[in-house]
Amino acid sequence: MRSAKWLTAAGTLAVASLALAGCAGGPAPATSETATDIELRMTVWTSAEPHLALFTEIADEYMADHPEIKSITFDPLDFASYSSTLTTQIAGGNAPDMAWILENAAPDFVSSGALVPLEQTFADTEGYELDDVSDAATKLWRNDDGDLVAYPFSTSPFVVFVNNDLLAAAGQPTGADMLADGSWTWDDVSAAGAAVNQATGKAGFVVRDFEYQTWDLLSTVWNGWGATPWSEDGATCTMDSDEMVGAFEFLHDAAFTSKSMPGPGTTADFFAGESAFTVSQISRASLLADSGIGSWDLLPLPEGPDGDYAMVGQAGVAAIAQGEHPQASADFIAFFTNPENSKKLAQFFPPARESQINAETLAAANPVLTEAQLADVVVPAMKTGVVRPSHTNSAEIQQTVRSALDAVWLPDADVPAVLDDVCTAMQPLLGG
Amino acid sequence: MTTTTTRPLAEATRLPSGRAAGRRRAHRRADIITGYLFVAPQVLGIVIFVFIPLGLIAYYNFHEWNVLAGTFTFVGTDNIEKLFHDPNLPAVLWATAVFCVGVVVGNITLALFLAVLLNRRFGATTFFRTVFFSPVVVSVVAWTIVWGFLLQDDGGINGLLQLVGVDGPNWLREGPTAMLSVIVVQVFKNVGLNMVLFLAALQGVPRELTEAAAIDGAGSWRIFRSITLPMISPTVLLTVIITIVGALQVFAQIAVLTAGGPGLSTTVLVYYLYQQAFEFHRFGYGSTLALLLFVIVLVLTVVQWQLRKRWVHYEN
Repeated sequence: MRSAKWLTAAGTLAVASLALAGCAGGPAPATSETATDIELRMTVWTSAEPHLALFTEIADEYMADHPEIKSITFDPLDFASYSSTLTTQIAGGNAPDMAWILENAAPDFVSSGALVPLEQTFADTEGYELDDVSDAATKLWRNDDGDLVAYPFSTSPFVVFVNNDLLAAAGQPTGADMLADGSWTWDDVSAAGAAVNQATGKAGFVVRDFEYQTWDLLSTVWNGWGATPWSEDGATCTMDSDEMVGAFEFLHDAAFTSKSMPGPGTTADFFAGESAFTVSQISRASLLADSGIGSWDLLPLPEGPDGDYAMVGQAGVAAIAQGEHPQASADFIAFFTNPENSKKLAQFFPPARESQINAETLAAANPVLTEAQLADVVVPAMKTGVVRPSHTNSAEIQQTVRSALDAVWLPDADVPAVLDDVCTAMQPLLGG
Repeated sequence: MTTTTTRPLAEATRLPSGRAAGRRRAHRRADIITGYLFVAPQVLGIVIFVFIPLGLIAYYNFHEWNVLAGTFTFVGTDNIEKLFHDPNLPAVLWATAVFCVGVVVGNITLALFLAVLLNRRFGATTFFRTVFFSPVVVSVVAWTIVWGFLLQDDGGINGLLQLVGVDGPNWLREGPTAMLSVIVVQVFKNVGLNMVLFLAALQGVPRELTEAAAIDGAGSWRIFRSITLPMISPTVLLTVIITIVGALQVFAQIAVLTAGGPGLSTTVLVYYLYQQAFEFHRFGYGSTLALLLFVIVLVLTVVQWQLRKRWVHYEN
């Protein structure tokens, strides 16, 4: 009996002490940067071997001049759950030293103080030339004090890839001809897509990776209507605006009436020859080589009722404040993104440096694209494109709107009423 | 857990009291220690993987943890109050209840039916038992992904329906069919386990009882209802409890097939908990939801345990 009591008491004490130890953990204090044998880890969302080989090459070069750095590893995480996995690692006391940050998660990371200010480190790095990076490219990555806390290492424009083989099979002009004829609008794309669907059974146009879940990718369409999901100060929902209603009525018609866009639950991969058009980032151009598509075009986003527009997707690289070596991480990022390495990275990730946004630099990196395509489509989009929408509390907004928008993806949906409901659900999350 | 042998009183009183009593105490202490050593691995496992997390969840429930900012703030009962004002919670609890009822009714009924069917001897009995049990050992994610392809609008199931001239629904994109789909996927995943448990129980029903009933003129259904079912009722209780607990903890099927949609129609409590804690970074509120789940499981199990007296028949 006494033993049982003793064991119970010991068990309780163990639970309590472990619980307290766990709870008292909190963020690990940054260690002094005089340490040697520093091991750095960067989380990334690519596992492509050529990408990792290039990163390793840059890291090896850095370590050769920095004996205090014992190793630099690149830790690929699944793209779909990247931000939540990164957050879970931080919560679990296993924060990486450096991390790629997705643009839609940028406001949360930037405003929370989770990232180490980098501007002074860049300024102290000889030949860094931060002035070469435009203000527009760094806007998303500055905190409330105006400090740059992440470097936009990838500024990838959204473009439209066109499968001319499918268009020809449906008796439609090629993408280039449509552009030349001045018939490169969303209505024209939808009409040609519907014709392809009717003639071949293949899909018309696809917004890549949208899949009726990642609704903010539809910004590549609704920007043509001049629509935005929230006001400029981010405080008011504008999903119920006339412009947005117009854009969603177009999409609803495309999905359920003209069938120019695959409906919910139907998948079509442009790079497997399953659709006539796809809106995608330029970085997907590498998939064309194995696509089996004989004739294709690369075109800017089609004109909407509001006129021409361009969009870019961004990704930043940052040093994590809760990592073990924040200053050593900042120093490595300054090397990783310096002009020379930025040019190397440009073969996979379109650079934000003005001096490198030209057809010549990009052509070396994108052998499947012609200099004319780069000069006419890619470079203008990189220079003028607006960044995909983002907001603090992005994960909850993403989920809440996705859930409310499900009602619009039914054949008999009342689009304006659903968008009203979207705003009712979203407004409390905007903090306005 | 310890075993103590008692010596006959007469013999005990013959021994010199001092040294013998000391030796007995030493033996008993050694027995006790040995017993504790035997159960220690299990107890340690439960303490580390059940009690400590439970303690931590109860502790986090009173805090809000901003992972990115690295702040951990005491918020008192804010998270519990939030539970009562959460506009999504009624829909989430409803989805959880519908899913649980659907899975329990579907699983137990089908498992019992299959067990009765496969309890008879015919040529392919072993083959069919293996077929129905095999999903149990398949990875839940792999199983769900395959079903995901089948349930697409242009997937295999609608393809089959089209062959017989039926235009199938968009299974995973419409509320009622999405819930039906995740229930069916869960039922087929685990029905084999309950089937095996029922088979074992059915084989324990004394044949003389059913034969006597048959001689008395009882039909098959009457024999099943009045003899077989009461005899296997302890197994029914066990399977109902483990199926309910399993249904309340479902996650992968929802995450892979519907991500909780359309709307909140398939957002069950565990998935909602995951969203709050790991997607929205509200670990405090996520812990409160975990406590709610714990209370629900506890209450349901206790209620079933109490109700067993009314319908579970124990032979001994």
